[in-house]
Amino acid sequence: MLKINYKQAFLLGTSPVLLISAPFAVSAYKVDLLTNLLINIILVSSFQLITTTGGWSLAHVPMMGCGAYATALLSGKLGVPFWVSLPTAALAAGLTGLAISYPLARTKGFAFFVASFAAGEAIRLCWIRFKIPFGGHKGLTVPPPVLFNNVAWMDFESAVPYYVLTLTVTLICLILMYRLNSSRIGDTWKALASQENLAKSVGINITKYKMLAFSLGSFFSGVAGVLLAHRLWAIEPRQFGFTTTLYLLVWIVFGGSHTFAGPIVGVVALTFLAELLRPLYEWVPMIFGAIIILILTFLPNGLESLPGKLRSPR
Amino acid sequence: MEFIGQTILNGLMTSSFYALIAVGLSLVVGVMHIVNFAHGEFYMVGAYTVWVLYAKMHWPFFLAVAMAIVIVGLLGLVSERLVFRQAKGNILSGFIMSVGLVFILQVAVVKIWGLGKMKPVPAAYPQVLDLGGISTSWQRFIVVPATILLLVALWNFLERFKVGRGLRAAAMEPEAAALQGVSVKKSAALAMLLGSAMAGAAGALMAPIMSVHPYMGHSVVWTAFVVVIVGGAGNIRGTIWASLFFGFLTTIITTLLDSTIASLVTVLVMLILLAIRPQGMTGYAED
Repeated sequence: MLKINYKQAFLLGTSPVLLISAPFAVSAYKVDLLTNLLINIILVSSFQLITTTGGWSLAHVPMMGCGAYATALLSGKLGVPFWVSLPTAALAAGLTGLAISYPLARTKGFAFFVASFAAGEAIRLCWIRFKIPFGGHKGLTVPPPVLFNNVAWMDFESAVPYYVLTLTVTLICLILMYRLNSSRIGDTWKALASQENLAKSVGINITKYKMLAFSLGSFFSGVAGVLLAHRLWAIEPRQFGFTTTLYLLVWIVFGGSHTFAGPIVGVVALTFLAELLRPLYEWVPMIFGAIIILILTFLPNGLESLPGKLRSPR
Repeated sequence: MEFIGQTILNGLMTSSFYALIAVGLSLVVGVMHIVNFAHGEFYMVGAYTVWVLYAKMHWPFFLAVAMAIVIVGLLGLVSERLVFRQAKGNILSGFIMSVGLVFILQVAVVKIWGLGKMKPVPAAYPQVLDLGGISTSWQRFIVVPATILLLVALWNFLERFKVGRGLRAAAMEPEAAALQGVSVKKSAALAMLLGSAMAGAAGALMAPIMSVHPYMGHSVVWTAFVVVIVGGAGNIRGTIWASLFFGFLTTIITTLLDSTIASLVTVLVMLILLAIRPQGMTGYAED
């Protein structure tokens, strides 16, 4: 059961109000920024499902791309409505994740990095090479979602309604992932990461649980991909390239990967930091690089370990 | 017949390039246990050194290459000292730190020399090399003897000299090597110096052939990782064999089909090999 103290109750009570009222207080550009942030929150949280089992997949962004491409094919080419293509495309990403998780679950450490990269890159190269149906380097176009025709406040082409839609989907995904994380399955994943041999000795099927984590993580990253595609209206292979993966790693290292909130803190903090540094945008990667090296040197478990460190100074 | 000869020559040139960049990475991964993603950026800095010294300041080509080797080697040494030593052997921290270094080096190069268009490096040896129907330019061919020379030098260093033998011991059995009085820290620094210098040499020699830009390291570093993992981290002989295998594989598929398919096959071969033998093909230092 969820145990909530007053502070958490206050946060839970006020944050929806803030999140819903936020888009009406800022410009359209800022709303798109917030939408993007929500999508990235799904991305990092779904990545956290995989890292709890101990593997840092470099195929996670291509998995998000699977969701985006699937919805582009479904709703763009076949005219399937958004409400059907959202779960279907996410499922497609989840199944792709299941397929590549089998070889990946056999590898560890350095080999896992390279193998997961190879798997993601293989998928991305397929999008580039097979112009039919994936459109090559130019990619595909995606229509904005339509729920009801001619209802002005549900016109998902404009920023604010799409923000509300994204917010709803994000909250549902976060609740599902949170429940998953604190369930028996989530506990088993944590056991794998900390004591793999012990977990094996008490009869846990390690490969099965790793594959499960990878597929579920891919499923939720697929949701992020669908939301991204329907906001951008066009996708191309370059968006799901290695640069995006690098940013994903930076967010997670910054926030920390041992708690559910850590990665979310990381992506929110660094998104706002990047926004504050907008006049210096050319320098932003270098600043991020320096921050990451400093964090790993002085605070190896990320920002999430800061409160604990402050509470018990040594 | 001519077609086969041409393919063999092209394969040999590609393999030499792979060996040059991968052997250095293999040393770094094997001895330091750092998955150094910035190896590609070291390669990029090597290419920029040649562009500055040879194309802009008109130094002799080989002097520029030698300078690139020295500069990039020192860059590697400095990053070991300031960055990678802080990872304290944690493979994930080391990898992410190298990602940070990638960002820093890329922005530094963009800021100093600008993003702009291509940085053209004229060929130092534009003459055509004709071997009875098979032809290439000297500039492309030169990477083969240069690689052989550098690898023989490295091999001799690692076999003959006490420091070199210590380095190999540190790659195979770090604890046993430490017990025998080999300083693991010094070995790590030395591996980084040599490995980065090799990356610098690769970048310098390829500068007139490849296009020189701040992001040129990205595609190369993954090929190097594929070769290293198949050849075995820290295992130089294995890495050279793997370079030959992937060099010829890429060349043959590129000639028959196209280069995207070649990349696709390379990553798939790699994935299948890892699924069959997760501990690497030949190697030690896998944990």
